[in-house]
Amino acid sequence: MNIIVLIKQVPEIEKVRFDYEKGRLDRSSAGAVTNPFDLNALEAAVQIRERVGGVVTAISMGPMQAIESLRDALARGADRAILLSDERFAGADTLATAYTLAAAIKRLGKFDLVICGEKTVDGDTAQVGPEVAEFLGIPHAAYVEEILDVEKGWIIVRARMERSYYLMRLRLPALITVTKDINNPRLPSLKDKLRAMRMPIPVWNYTDLSEIADPKYFGLNGSPTRVIKVYTPISEKRKGQMISGSPKEVSQRILQILRENKILA
Amino acid sequence: MGGECGVLVFAEQEDGRIHNVVYELLGKGRDLANKLGKSLCAVLLGHNLDEEAKELIYYGADIVYLFDHPSLKEFDVIKYKHNIVKLVNSVKPDIILVGATRIGRSLAPRVAAALRTGLTADCVDLDLDEEGNLIQIRPAFSGNIMAQIKTRTKPQMATVRYKMMRPLARDPSRKGEIVKVDAEIPEDTGIEILGKVDAGGINISEAEIIVAAGRGLKRPEDLRLLEELASLLGGVVGSSRPLVDAGWISREHQVGFSGNTVKPKVYFAFGISGSPQHLFGMRDSDIIIAVNKDPSAPIIGVSDYYVIGDLYEIIPTLIHDLKKVRSALTHDEE
Repeated sequence: MNIIVLIKQVPEIEKVRFDYEKGRLDRSSAGAVTNPFDLNALEAAVQIRERVGGVVTAISMGPMQAIESLRDALARGADRAILLSDERFAGADTLATAYTLAAAIKRLGKFDLVICGEKTVDGDTAQVGPEVAEFLGIPHAAYVEEILDVEKGWIIVRARMERSYYLMRLRLPALITVTKDINNPRLPSLKDKLRAMRMPIPVWNYTDLSEIADPKYFGLNGSPTRVIKVYTPISEKRKGQMISGSPKEVSQRILQILRENKILA
Repeated sequence: MGGECGVLVFAEQEDGRIHNVVYELLGKGRDLANKLGKSLCAVLLGHNLDEEAKELIYYGADIVYLFDHPSLKEFDVIKYKHNIVKLVNSVKPDIILVGATRIGRSLAPRVAAALRTGLTADCVDLDLDEEGNLIQIRPAFSGNIMAQIKTRTKPQMATVRYKMMRPLARDPSRKGEIVKVDAEIPEDTGIEILGKVDAGGINISEAEIIVAAGRGLKRPEDLRLLEELASLLGGVVGSSRPLVDAGWISREHQVGFSGNTVKPKVYFAFGISGSPQHLFGMRDSDIIIAVNKDPSAPIIGVSDYYVIGDLYEIIPTLIHDLKKVRSALTHDEE
């Protein structure tokens, strides 16, 4: 089974600061990590390979430093990794990102399954996975919480939609996006990390992908959406009224508020 | 208002029930379509949905494109995408709005990619610029900032977060047109829905009373206190992210940027400091009552009423008093 995992390196979202003048995240203000959901995607891929055999390929698009995330993916069990890096890929929105990733997957040739995290913590759109599936012309299932079975040519998954679980059989090749509930990603051992250090990570650029895709859809030029303005939301302050006194007095006052607002009879 | 389709709303349904976000989209869509001087359309896919199609008109749609077919009953992303793309290529809307639900977030990107157009996720507001281009406003950076985004291609597509926009009042005298369209069902989509089960659990976005806890809670078993209070008030238990990440409570209870947006009548925040991410999800509640030991907690600034105190003293007292009120009421009825 040929499995592809899409990986994104993201800033540490809890620490990163925002550059208001440039209107984007100041990536130098925090370290970079692998998007947490992508670790679940990778773990799911490695577990499938352990059951049925095959090759797990991690692909990431980003600046050269994203190679660290791919190195981490190798340590966590990916068999090989490819970085898509070129200045002309930069500034891509979800459509251009998905188009470029789909081009790389096509260039790899035969594959059975693409696995992505449900979303990234920096963009938070959850759009790239389904867009990649559309560009590849394959079925997809989003928000997969469990992989029940992988057979030749099929995968059976349980996905969570609004109010229901869907049990679905997807014909391979297919794409799934997984939630954090699907598994607990393993930690790489020191030995794994050392092994990953020695593995080559090829970098594909604009020219490599222009052979199989239309470069006008890459990067900023291929991105239909534009951020025109950013600002801090003005959070509505309310006139907080303090309720003081003993717990009994506080409780009675809260009941009174509930009555005044017809919550309690 | 007739003629060209200005705004097309995806009327999401599950088990024949229209998702409430659709009525919110129609409310905003009505406003945008009026400004464009074009019509507001909705697309509804499923089976036996004539009554639901009328509802869409009562809530503001001029035209409802109804794809009625037994095999559209369940959400198959490929079948839905195929028919929506065909419709879009024929009616050419300026704007397509989809709820940022899980179904919407799975479907909209495929439609956008098929149409090679831009898609903005999770918008909280929409407007038009002077040329009639859509201004899409979405939170970024965990809700700490807002971004305005424009799309250079048509249609301009956006998914919109639930509980952000106001539906119009239902008006059964509103007139509109239901256009039945023959669905095209691709023979083999590669997706077979083997079964569908109710996920159970709670639907916190619809709750009128939410009793939420945060890091001030010391032990997972203390959630029982919150549950008891919630049940006495006919509400549900909410949570900030740390308790969910610690595995104390399931994700469907999470309120905040990465969880659910809620707008209850009363929101109780017990031991929740009020990170920007949490405030993003609950700041539109009608009444916010915060109980916190720390007078400098940000939640205090957005609350209508606050108590500087210990939730472990306040909640048991409230439970005790509510039980007394309740037994008095039962007694009266007897």
